[in-house]
Amino acid sequence: MKIAVCIKQVPGTTAVEVDPVTGTLKRDGVESKLNPYDLYALETALRLKEKLGAELTAFTMGPPQAEDILREAYMMGVDAAVLISDRKFGGADVLATSYAISQAITAQGPFDLVVTGRQTTDGDTAQVGSEVAEFLGITHAASVTSIDGVTPAGLTVTCDLPLQRMTLRLPFPALIAVEKAVGEPRLPSYKRKLATAGKPITVLALKDMADGDESHYGQSGSPTRVVRIFPPEADTGHEHWEGDGTSLADRLYHFLADRKFLQRIG
Amino acid sequence: MGKIVVRSAGLSPERKKELIAICPFHAIQEEKDGSLGLNAGCKMCRICTRKAPEVFGFVEVEQPKIDKSKWRGIAVAAEISAGRVHPVSLELLGKARQLAAKIKQPVYAWVAGYKIDEAAETLRRYGADAVYAYDDPALEFFRIEPYTAALEDFINAVKPAAVLVGGTPSGRTLAPRAAARFRTGLTADCTVLDIKENTDLEQIRPAFGGNIMAHINTPNHRPQFASVRYKIFPLPEMLQNPGGRIEKRTLPPEKLASGIEIIDLENKPEEIGIEEAEVIVAAGRGVKRQEDMALIRKLADALHAQVAGTRCLIEAGWLDHKRQIGLSGRTVAPKLIICCGISGSVQFAAGMKGAEKIVAINTDPEASIFNIAHVGITGDLYEIVPALLKKIEQGESL
Repeated sequence: MKIAVCIKQVPGTTAVEVDPVTGTLKRDGVESKLNPYDLYALETALRLKEKLGAELTAFTMGPPQAEDILREAYMMGVDAAVLISDRKFGGADVLATSYAISQAITAQGPFDLVVTGRQTTDGDTAQVGSEVAEFLGITHAASVTSIDGVTPAGLTVTCDLPLQRMTLRLPFPALIAVEKAVGEPRLPSYKRKLATAGKPITVLALKDMADGDESHYGQSGSPTRVVRIFPPEADTGHEHWEGDGTSLADRLYHFLADRKFLQRIG
Repeated sequence: MGKIVVRSAGLSPERKKELIAICPFHAIQEEKDGSLGLNAGCKMCRICTRKAPEVFGFVEVEQPKIDKSKWRGIAVAAEISAGRVHPVSLELLGKARQLAAKIKQPVYAWVAGYKIDEAAETLRRYGADAVYAYDDPALEFFRIEPYTAALEDFINAVKPAAVLVGGTPSGRTLAPRAAARFRTGLTADCTVLDIKENTDLEQIRPAFGGNIMAHINTPNHRPQFASVRYKIFPLPEMLQNPGGRIEKRTLPPEKLASGIEIIDLENKPEEIGIEEAEVIVAAGRGVKRQEDMALIRKLADALHAQVAGTRCLIEAGWLDHKRQIGLSGRTVAPKLIICCGISGSVQFAAGMKGAEKIVAINTDPEASIFNIAHVGITGDLYEIVPALLKKIEQGESL
C-alpha cells in the first residue's frame, strides 16, 4: 500500500502586516514552519503505516527552502519526500496548485490513499485537497476525525459535521482531509534525524509532469487574480456608552442586529 | 495572464543583494551564472516590478478571451441541513439578488437532496427566479460524487456567470470539487462581494488569519465560484410575491453512484463547548442571586449563545466548571462575548481576550473589563438585559 501525504511550508506566524503606504507585505524576519494542521495528516499516515506496513511519501510544493519541512517529515518517519518546485509553478492559485500537486502524485503513483490536513494557516482556503481529489479522479472525504478501520480495499472513517456525525466507508484510491481529533502527532525523532540526514529528496519540475503544458501551471494556469492586498480596517474602536437602562438596551439591540447576531438558524 | 521577466545583466553584487531582499516571499535568488532569477516561491504579487521596474518587468501573455455573454445569472448552490435550507443559503440568495439586479440578470438556486419540495419552495420565496431541484434517494445525504454531478449538470444546463456556495463543511468540499471540474477559479471565504458590468465578481477575502485582505477577480473563466461563511451577509426578507419557478431535474443512475458507503449516521445534539461557541453570554459577581442566572440564560438563548462565567460563580456552584472562562478555566474566542457584571480580572481576561467583539455591562465605570471591551456599557444589567430581551422578542415578531 502506498500513501501520499500533502504538506506545506507556511510563515511562522500569521502576524504579517501590509504597509499601508506601499501596499506590500511586511514579512521581515518571519520564520517558516510546517503548517501545523499537516502534523495530523502525517500522524494519520504514520499510524496507518504501522498497521498495514504502507510506504509513505510526503509531497510539498514550494521554493527550494521548502525542503526543510520534508526533512521534518523524514524525522517523523515518512519513507520518501517529493519537492514540487519550478519557477513555472510560481503565482499559482488553488486550481493551479492543486493541478501541479495532482500531477506530481500521479508521476510518483499510483497511491492508494492521499492524506491532507484540514487547511493551511496562510491561505486558509481548505480547498486544495478537494481539488486534488477531483484532478486525480478519486473519491474524498473531509472533516475526518477518526480512522475506524482499514483493509486493503478501503478504510472506514468518521466525519464530524456541525449537526451530524457520519461513519463512511471509502474505497481506495481515496483522499481524506483530517482534523486535529485524529490523534496527537508524534515528535520528530533525533535518532531519525541522524538516520535520514542524507536521504534524497526528489525534486519534480514541469518537465517531470505527464502534462507538460506550461499554461496549466503557475500564474498562467490560475483563473483568479489578486487585484491588490490591503490591511483590514483596524477594529481598535473602544466605545463607552452611558445612559438609562432603556436607551442602553436600545443601542445594544441595534448593535447586535447590525452585526447579525440576532439571526436564527433555519 | 502574464509573467515576470528579469533583466539582471551588469548588476553589482550589492545591488543584487538589495533586489533579493525586495521579495517578501524570498522568491528572488541568484542563479549559478550570477544572474537573478525567480524561484517557485513567486506569488506574482509584482512587488518587485513596482520597486525595481528597471530590473523586473511584467509581460502580459495574451490568452484567448472567453465570451462572457454566454454565462448569465447569479446562482446559489443551496444546502439542506437537518431537513431545512441552511440559513447561509438564504443569506447568499439575498446577496445574489443584489448582484443580479446590478447586471440585470436572473438569480438561480441549485439544491440537491431527497424530498426537498419544501426547501425548493423556500428558495423560490427568498428570490430565486428559477430553482433547480435534484430530488433523489441517492442524494439524501451528502456524498461528494453525486452532489458534484448534480451541480455539474446544473451549470451545464444554465451556464451561470457566478456560483455562490456557503462556507459550510460540505460547501467547502463541493465548491472546490466543482470548480476544479470546470477548471475555473474559486475564492474562499469572501467577506465582500460586488460585481462589475462585465459580470466579473469583485471578491474580497481575508488571508493570513485575517491580518491581510485580498481583492480577487476571476477575469477570464466562468463560472466564477465564491464561498461565503455563515452570517457574513444579512438574512434577506422573503419576497411578498415571489415569481420564480421550480424545475425538477433528474440524473442518470451512473451519475448518482458513489464509492462512499454511509455506515452510520448520528444526529448530534447541538450542545457545543464554550470553546467552540460563536457567541457567549458570561456572568460574574454582578449577578446577585442564583435565580438571576435565568436572566443570563434567557439572553443566551435569544442570541443562540453559550452561558459561561467567572471563577466565583463556578465556585458558588451556579454554573458547571466546564463553563468557566479564565486561566484556571477555559480559553474562548467567540465572535461576540457579552460580559454581564464582570469586573475583568487579569485571570478572566486572559481566557477571553481573543473574542472578536467584547461587550461589557457593569455598574462600576472603573471596572477593568472596560479596558478591553469594544463596547463598554456603564449601567445595570438588571435594567439593560430585560429591556434588551423585550426588544429582541418584539423584533422577531415583526
